[in-house]
Amino acid sequence: MPTERQAYSRVGSEAAAQLGWWHAHRFLLLRRFSQLSILALFAASFWYGLDILKGNLSSSTVLNTLPLSDPFVLAQLIASGHWPAQTALLGGVIVLLFYMLVGGRSYCSWVCPVNIVTDAASWLRRRLGISKTTKISSSLRYWLLGLSLLLPIAGGLLIWELVNPVSLLQRGLIFGLGSGWVLIAMIFLLDLLISQRAWCSHLCPMGAFYGLVGKLSVIRINARHRERCDDCMDCYKVCPEPQILKPVLKGAANGVSPIIFASDCTNCSRCIDVCAESVFEINTRFTTEVENKK
Amino acid sequence: MKQTMDKQRRSESSASKAPARRQFFTDVARGASAAGMVGLGLTAWASSAKRSDPQAIRPPGALPGDDFLNACLRCGLCVEDCPYDTLKLATLFDPAPSGTPWFEARKVPCEMCEDIPCVAACPSGALDAALDNIDDARMGTAVLIDEKNCLNFQGLRCDVCYRVCPLIDEAITLERQRNSRTGKHALFIPTVQSDACTGCGKCEEACVLDETAIKVLELASGSLGQHYRLGWEEKARNGGSLVPEQLKLEIRRPENSNAN
Repeated sequence: MPTERQAYSRVGSEAAAQLGWWHAHRFLLLRRFSQLSILALFAASFWYGLDILKGNLSSSTVLNTLPLSDPFVLAQLIASGHWPAQTALLGGVIVLLFYMLVGGRSYCSWVCPVNIVTDAASWLRRRLGISKTTKISSSLRYWLLGLSLLLPIAGGLLIWELVNPVSLLQRGLIFGLGSGWVLIAMIFLLDLLISQRAWCSHLCPMGAFYGLVGKLSVIRINARHRERCDDCMDCYKVCPEPQILKPVLKGAANGVSPIIFASDCTNCSRCIDVCAESVFEINTRFTTEVENKK
Repeated sequence: MKQTMDKQRRSESSASKAPARRQFFTDVARGASAAGMVGLGLTAWASSAKRSDPQAIRPPGALPGDDFLNACLRCGLCVEDCPYDTLKLATLFDPAPSGTPWFEARKVPCEMCEDIPCVAACPSGALDAALDNIDDARMGTAVLIDEKNCLNFQGLRCDVCYRVCPLIDEAITLERQRNSRTGKHALFIPTVQSDACTGCGKCEEACVLDETAIKVLELASGSLGQHYRLGWEEKARNGGSLVPEQLKLEIRRPENSNAN
């Protein structure tokens, strides 16, 4: 067995060999397609007046009628003392309900363009064999979330949106980035050289916010066939939040459900891609045909 | 025997609990102090990042100052609906805070659309939907900033700023003054009426000088303190003087005086 594994030195290559290249990359490619096509639709509206999706991720309209607004930005607005107009509130409720269904942090992996930057940093880190990492507490993001909502209350100023790299990048890619690439380059280098997955999995208050939104969300990743797991560790290497994998993969003896209920999970489904044993599936939180109910 | 085992177990469990508790409090303290430091840094950065250049002009109907920054979602819908590409969305290190809409009057001024599409597009109320007449917009105020170089101050009839003003003779008037250089002509001084100027910036765009002599500045108009009362206005409003007319005092002359 070990010699066989040596042959598959790269993450996911075993899955590609056994299940085909498309199968081992499908969710990654679907996510990139989702992220890029959302940006492309916004850009098409700004540059060519094609109003399918107009505005940006902070607030937008679909076909000039349906409003969508980012509930995290709205929460900051309200904290700073501005009660948003009805259009924005309605848009916020729609987006909130959507992510409560599909998983809060699906925003991170299927929509947010910073994810492409940090995934690239993580990939390069693996390729270059950089293993040295400065440990950052992954709860720091919740502190930053608290700050981003409390500082406006204390100082009456919407502070986070003045600096938020997530807003900056998605807006910049649609309307022109200007000098904003500096901040994005900083995040890339931070993730690559200083601390593994520093931004998305440790610092970003937006991710923390969407994590809380998706606390009870319906769509979940399920390690349904965990008995097949052969400890190849590929899923740990690609998972942006690897700490959530161990309980579901190894918890059968302790009666832990194979469904990932951790709100840190971004539903990126990369674990499904790279698993040669097809351990993981996308299910709902109500999936019950499993050996150990929660 | 059993007792000692119980005791042992109890002391074991309390021994294992105490470091866990200590670890918890240490973690919380570390998180809080890191967050505190980041918060301080953020606040410092934000207080400089929120400043905008006085020549970075906001769209019509924008709430004043910080209120606008707190209300704006940075979605760019106003920018998209601006038919003249006047508005743009600020990027990092632009003269306005990142993501907020602004325009440079010298490059592309506001064309003052009657239906005000930018205000209609705003989902958050940062551009006040109550603005229904574009002439009521107060994006800024034009200021004739350089009297030395303004051609009209030289006695020429440039008048361009006056001519292009959408509120000609209301927002910019020509006030006549004596031309002391020639001794026989008039100077036609372009004068901004700050109560009528919308700050659209047409005058700044049109100024023929290399560096414009008239500029739109955010919040450039002064404000009269609450306690000032202009006597002539009060008199007109009241239909007469508020204080009694001058008292007629009895003239007391020394007796037997024959002075008039």
